[in-house]
Amino acid sequence: MADKQLLLGDEAVALGALHAGLSGVYAYPGTPSTEITEYIQGHPLAAERHVHDAWSSNEKTAMEAALGMSYAGKRALVCMKHVGMNVCADPLMGSAMTGANGGLVVAACDDPSMHSSQNEQDSRFWGTFGMMPVFEPSNQQEAYEMTRAAFDYSEENGIPVIMRLTTRMAHSRAFVTPSDTIRVQNELHYPAHPKRWVTLPVNARVRNRELIQLYAKCEADAAASKLNSMVDGPDHSLGVVACGIAYNYLMENFPDGCPYPVLKVSQYPFPRKLALKLAEMVPTILVLEEGQPLVENMLRGVFPTQTKVIGRIDNTVVRDGELSPDEVRKALGLPALPTFAPSQVLAPRPPALCQGCGHRDFYTALNNVLKKDYPTARVFSDIGCYTLGYMAPFNAIHTCVEMGASFTMAQGAAYSGTWPSVGVLGDSTFTHSGMTGLLDAVNANADVVLCISDNLTTAMTGGQDSAGTGRIEAICAGIGVDPAHIRTIIPLPKNYPDMEKVIREEIEYHGVSVIVCRRECIQTARRHAKQK
Amino acid sequence: MKQDIILAGVGGQGILSIATVIGFAALEQGLYLKQAEVHGMSQRGGDVQSHLRLSTEPIHSDIIPRGAADLIVSLEPMEALRYVPYLAPGGWIITNTVPFVNIPDYPPMESVMAELNRLPHVISIDVDAIAKEAGSPRGANMVLLGATSALLDIGGPEVFRNGIRRIFGRKGEEVVAANIKAFDAGFASAKQQ
Repeated sequence: MADKQLLLGDEAVALGALHAGLSGVYAYPGTPSTEITEYIQGHPLAAERHVHDAWSSNEKTAMEAALGMSYAGKRALVCMKHVGMNVCADPLMGSAMTGANGGLVVAACDDPSMHSSQNEQDSRFWGTFGMMPVFEPSNQQEAYEMTRAAFDYSEENGIPVIMRLTTRMAHSRAFVTPSDTIRVQNELHYPAHPKRWVTLPVNARVRNRELIQLYAKCEADAAASKLNSMVDGPDHSLGVVACGIAYNYLMENFPDGCPYPVLKVSQYPFPRKLALKLAEMVPTILVLEEGQPLVENMLRGVFPTQTKVIGRIDNTVVRDGELSPDEVRKALGLPALPTFAPSQVLAPRPPALCQGCGHRDFYTALNNVLKKDYPTARVFSDIGCYTLGYMAPFNAIHTCVEMGASFTMAQGAAYSGTWPSVGVLGDSTFTHSGMTGLLDAVNANADVVLCISDNLTTAMTGGQDSAGTGRIEAICAGIGVDPAHIRTIIPLPKNYPDMEKVIREEIEYHGVSVIVCRRECIQTARRHAKQK
Repeated sequence: MKQDIILAGVGGQGILSIATVIGFAALEQGLYLKQAEVHGMSQRGGDVQSHLRLSTEPIHSDIIPRGAADLIVSLEPMEALRYVPYLAPGGWIITNTVPFVNIPDYPPMESVMAELNRLPHVISIDVDAIAKEAGSPRGANMVLLGATSALLDIGGPEVFRNGIRRIFGRKGEEVVAANIKAFDAGFASAKQQ
């Protein structure tokens, strides 16, 4: 047997993909998914096998690159955080229609409790929505094995498979024993059903019917799969459906074994047949699932039944946030363990922009101008380290919704009569989904000041490549911004007077201004200094 | 054997290195291990914690239940207090006494120490001073690991020194030596207490 390795759940997925004969990995960084791609990039087997990898401009381009590789018959992996699934929704839904040729796995990492995210959306819904199977491991060994199984399943059935992880699966380490057999990579080979790949209505109508049938087969497979198992218990007053890592929290509370019958679910479509079997044994079913009540909603009908379903919806289980052994304990009606009282003096320590960070100097200069002379100004921002400009002492931004929303929301507000209307995003977010919004602004000659706080990296997730590094001004000029109103400043305290002058001038210009505020992220700068 | 440990500190203090060394030690001893940590936004100067579980039996949950932690190991005194509800009634806290003040409303040190000292089993150590004395000022985290190792059922100090060699090996002999020195100084200081 191969040696045990201490791996994050993310890394176990990565190793599983490599051992499954991966040929390409495409991703946009996002917590808690980033380490999947990073692990592959650093693995000697990836170098030996020339596994192609890229930090794509965004999740949509990543998904499309992977789909192209699958079309050519090779195995491809796409990785993203849950909200990235929204960005790639179009090719994702399309990929169910084209089907997969080479195995195609979409790793979606959800972040219940929003440790580092803006919402709690549950990626399992994409499986139901797009009619694609979803695999959800409950431990690191399963993450390794199920990723390999997911590639095989994808290829055998000609359908992409979604690997769903949540924060505690993605970012928890345990020992993994990899398999001795490493599968070969696929040779180039093109689809046996070429019509599927051209989703004109004439072809898509045919495929849609096939897909509906395939999805039914996937459910039958899930009911027969060893990834979904039913274990009986002596106490038939309750049955438990435990999905993914919720199973661990259940078992944590029963060190000597669960007294109730348990249906452990790791492969979807949810196997309704197994739920029926459980319902024959027990009057009440407790559903434990990380994220939103997807399975619970499915089991909980509109019409009265003999089986009572309990879970998040009736508040037996906490309605939002991630599960924990304690929350599951409560749901099981077990008494809480004795604890010490919480501290009375404890102060929160929220995340903050690093000392010496260029975003700090940018916000200081922006505030010096806006708060003094333009009290009606509104600042639209979005997702990145710079979102922390919301926090004291800056209190510099009014909105943060999603990647790229700053530039476009600033335009909408400007059209409504807001002035000055300022957009703020980072370099990586600009190339992710800010560029198209800039084109809108140029076409409409919007009266906006759009700021790119460029730190030459994707900083929040640990410093991955940023797609437009070194070409930000050229991109803006290419999109059509008047070069006289593409201004570059260096955010440092000694430059405040110059920075403020530029900001003032561009506010007073009634058209599209872009201010590029550029200084390297101090975290990556430190790393680069050490490497020298 | 089963030990549940909460590692605490502020982003950048080096708690994950402590976890990694313990991980290698656990591997060498053939133990099961689970270690959950938080990345991303929460790292930017905010509070950071890791749940580290060791056992001779398979481990289910990646996170420790409240009231079940055998140890809270903290590189910062107020951060030790943050996780007190996780501590088992007979559990121990081992904490650095040097505050990391990057927030405007950091409580008075006397009240932080008073709360800590009201708990039954607390070892407080100025790990920064010990690290400096040992000639390894950046090894505060390894001093704390040294002090903690005496309370871990993973074998003697050599197991941890091996772990340090494995994780710092690629940074060169000097870095390994400095970290082992810091570890040994911490180990000695805990023996005294």
